[in-house]
Amino acid sequence: MSQITPEVVAAHSITPDEYQRIIAILGREPNLTELGIFSVMWSEHCSYKSSRVHLKKLPTRSKLVVCGPGENAGILNIGPDAEGHNWCIAYKIESHNHPSFIEPFQGAATGVGGILRDIFTMGARPIAVMDALRFGSLEDVENGVRNRHILEGVVSGIAHYGNCFGVPTVGGETVFEPSYAGNPLVNVFALGVFREDQIFYGKAAGIGNPVIYVGAKTGRDGIHGATMASGEFTEDSMQKRPNVQVGDPFMEKLLLEACLEAMQTGAIAGIQDMGAAGLTCSTCEMGSRAGTGIEIDLAYVPQRETGMTPYEIMLSESQERMLLVAYKGRENEVLDVFKKWGLDARIVGEVKDDGMMRVKNHGEVVAEIPSRPLADEAPLYNRPFTKPLRNVPMEAPAFASADLNADLLALAGSMDLCDKRWIWEQYDYTVRTNTVQGPGGDAAIVRVKENGTSIAMSLDGNGRYTFLDPREGAKLMVAECCRNLACVGAQPIGATNNLNFGNPERPEIMAQLVEAIEGMADACTFFETPITGGNVSLYNETLGDPIFPSPVLGIVGLMKTEMPVRISFLNTGRDIYLVGGIGAADEVRMGGTQYAKQIVKELWGLPPALDMEFEKRVHTVVRTAVAGGLAESAHDLSDGGLAWGLAESTFGNGIGAEIELDSELRPELLLFHEGPSRVLISTADGAALERIAAAQGVPALKIGRTAESTLVIRNRGAVLIETPVRTVRERWATALEALLHDDVRV
Amino acid sequence: MKFGVVVFPGSNCDHDAWYAASHNLGHQAEYLWHSDTELKGSDCIILPGGFSYGDYLRCGAIAKFSPIMAAVKRFAADGGLVMGICNGFQILTESGLLPGALVRNRGLKFICKPVRLVPGTLNSPFTNSLELNKEVTFPIAHGEGCFTADARTLDELEAEDRIAFRYVENPNGSQRDIAGILNAQRNVLGLMPHPERATEALMGSTDGLGVFHSLVNAFATHK
Repeated sequence: MSQITPEVVAAHSITPDEYQRIIAILGREPNLTELGIFSVMWSEHCSYKSSRVHLKKLPTRSKLVVCGPGENAGILNIGPDAEGHNWCIAYKIESHNHPSFIEPFQGAATGVGGILRDIFTMGARPIAVMDALRFGSLEDVENGVRNRHILEGVVSGIAHYGNCFGVPTVGGETVFEPSYAGNPLVNVFALGVFREDQIFYGKAAGIGNPVIYVGAKTGRDGIHGATMASGEFTEDSMQKRPNVQVGDPFMEKLLLEACLEAMQTGAIAGIQDMGAAGLTCSTCEMGSRAGTGIEIDLAYVPQRETGMTPYEIMLSESQERMLLVAYKGRENEVLDVFKKWGLDARIVGEVKDDGMMRVKNHGEVVAEIPSRPLADEAPLYNRPFTKPLRNVPMEAPAFASADLNADLLALAGSMDLCDKRWIWEQYDYTVRTNTVQGPGGDAAIVRVKENGTSIAMSLDGNGRYTFLDPREGAKLMVAECCRNLACVGAQPIGATNNLNFGNPERPEIMAQLVEAIEGMADACTFFETPITGGNVSLYNETLGDPIFPSPVLGIVGLMKTEMPVRISFLNTGRDIYLVGGIGAADEVRMGGTQYAKQIVKELWGLPPALDMEFEKRVHTVVRTAVAGGLAESAHDLSDGGLAWGLAESTFGNGIGAEIELDSELRPELLLFHEGPSRVLISTADGAALERIAAAQGVPALKIGRTAESTLVIRNRGAVLIETPVRTVRERWATALEALLHDDVRV
Repeated sequence: MKFGVVVFPGSNCDHDAWYAASHNLGHQAEYLWHSDTELKGSDCIILPGGFSYGDYLRCGAIAKFSPIMAAVKRFAADGGLVMGICNGFQILTESGLLPGALVRNRGLKFICKPVRLVPGTLNSPFTNSLELNKEVTFPIAHGEGCFTADARTLDELEAEDRIAFRYVENPNGSQRDIAGILNAQRNVLGLMPHPERATEALMGSTDGLGVFHSLVNAFATHK
């Protein structure tokens, strides 16, 4: 064990300072296995060493928060059932960006698998999954083929895993930008339900309790890249092992059922999944959380291959594995359940009182590290930051529409705004029969059969806004998520975030991260949506080109279980209101809009201006009207602005609209600006809506009526848009498939 | 009436079938474990959707060897009511209780969406309370739902009035738009669409109740 040279240390991405810290913790030099363990636990992915200083700024508490950040998922109380037992949701978002670029199908599939384990390891049954996806342009001359291949692989990977596991994929969003070509984003959100008295934590409690390994056997897959890059300490046999893991959703389904059943025995003291950093992470974190230590012997770990070294076993990221601690004397109750489900379950060690993570191999100690410093005392970096990276002008280019109808059609056929049915029809979104609203709405809704409530969920992120102004972009994201929930009548209660950024060692990238976190913190505090956990994905760069700063937020809300109010106009002859009014717009603030992207084909200026206090009042109006049964349809305005929001409202039932506006704004701005705080509502009782709006001091403009199959928009008598609904819908509905299969262009 | 819902490792619509029968229909429903050898007095067996045994090898190919399937076969041979939904349909064809096979969808992709169906016959315990030529809407959610059989089998199915459901718009390339079929004795139904996911207004359709009500009728008459 004398191979620890500065090169070996560097190959593990451990800096010389960090290495000195390791020596101080151990009181000696680490051996190779220990160095590997430190390198994964202190990696950016596991330790959040670049972001933790700033993550502390996020709000994490409310009276509904049962468990905040630090556990496998956040937990909120969603109220009692008929017998008075409180029910809870566990939810979290996590990224699998890098693996999905290397191997789209398995990268995305194991991303789904990982987040599902985070949910059920706490005792919750997963009832919904959503995905935020970012890809390079499908029309890119150079990379279009690859981008299409990545999209198809990611979508089928998500479908493969979620469908087989039996969790509905109920929504999400898919956005395309050139900056994601070399760095697609795959962020997966999952949500589960359980009773408050049946929550399990990842704690190795109870000295002398047995530690049990369950699930798939350990193989050499997923061992971190550093080992593969360095020939001097790897066997020839593993030189070319893939470092993307392979998922087995069938195994995960068995693991889910077996874990939930084993938890019912009352014989489990603590449980944690083996995700990133596998056995290493679960062993030291469970000990650290409980203030205990865990001693395991690798000889008992079920192995898929022969001749694996302790280093490989500890760092393997084989999927579908869990580590649990049973109460001493009751281990057979647990083992019997896993046997019933045909799964490997082996006692591999026990809980100790000395706070050490001690790893033996056939009785010989191969690693011995104090758990708490390893798990919780990773180096913290307050990395320098300057002004956010920005290489686009503030001033707007000269632009003028040649044909507004053609612009609307172009938006309908654009990658970002077109119908994503081709994607979501590959996902089983109705399994478990809880889906009240699936993909295609402002928010997805699943009911909780056990206590009669429903959960509304929205995922959102806008890289263009955040690039133009990280702080304001992050606030707009929070506002839009909450607005989406208001449109289905739900009250937001919590959030989870995925921070996808470039290299934090670049001060201008770090500045994006810091400002976005601060903006998110402000908005989440204001909208009372504590962030109970999430994920940070940094170094999203290829050849020095960073992605747009891309925070993604998932917000969950509570509502009554009832037939949902959807975005589509339901009947002709109804009044259409624009709650929140026309809003303010100017050329500079058009720079991040879909109009700028798809029609002007430029990026400039600033994102739309947000007044959070006004925004919140708009939510109150909309939520009151929707929950009170006044709205026949409700749809928030965001990407594509007023004209696009109106068009989308016509697609579902083919019902059109006649709109009369009275505005000073030039047509391009009036129709397509993306000012927030605006919601379209169609109603048979406009007077009641006006009263609710007036009580909140929010303008509710009656802008027209639903009509037969045509969409007409006039301003002060001048016709701006006049088109059959069918024409726009056709373009919208067929665009994605055409883009994916248009091989002629290539 | 008592429904027995078989749980194979990897079944994932077992809950949906159980919930539809017990909660939405208001009858008894119980789970049956794949390694059990008896059916606990069930009056109708449901083989639910999902991915039994991971659908490794071929969909339904391993499930047919489960101990419970021997009991299900005896039950069916004695005239007992058996309904296989989605993966359950695949298991029935693999087990030889129904003819034909379910192969990869024509478009090679998993498809989840509500589909319109017309009952092909009302002369069955599963369709007796539906109306001929009146469409019903159930969701589908499958990757391997394309029904295939040789021409003679297809002719025979038609001649014997054993097409239980046909797609109005064929989503997966199934021959002769077949969505569900009966065995010769008419007490075994296999269908790809999910009637159990259409048993409540919140699910988007209550048409699936028609299948369950038919079963209740048939059972009451038979008894």
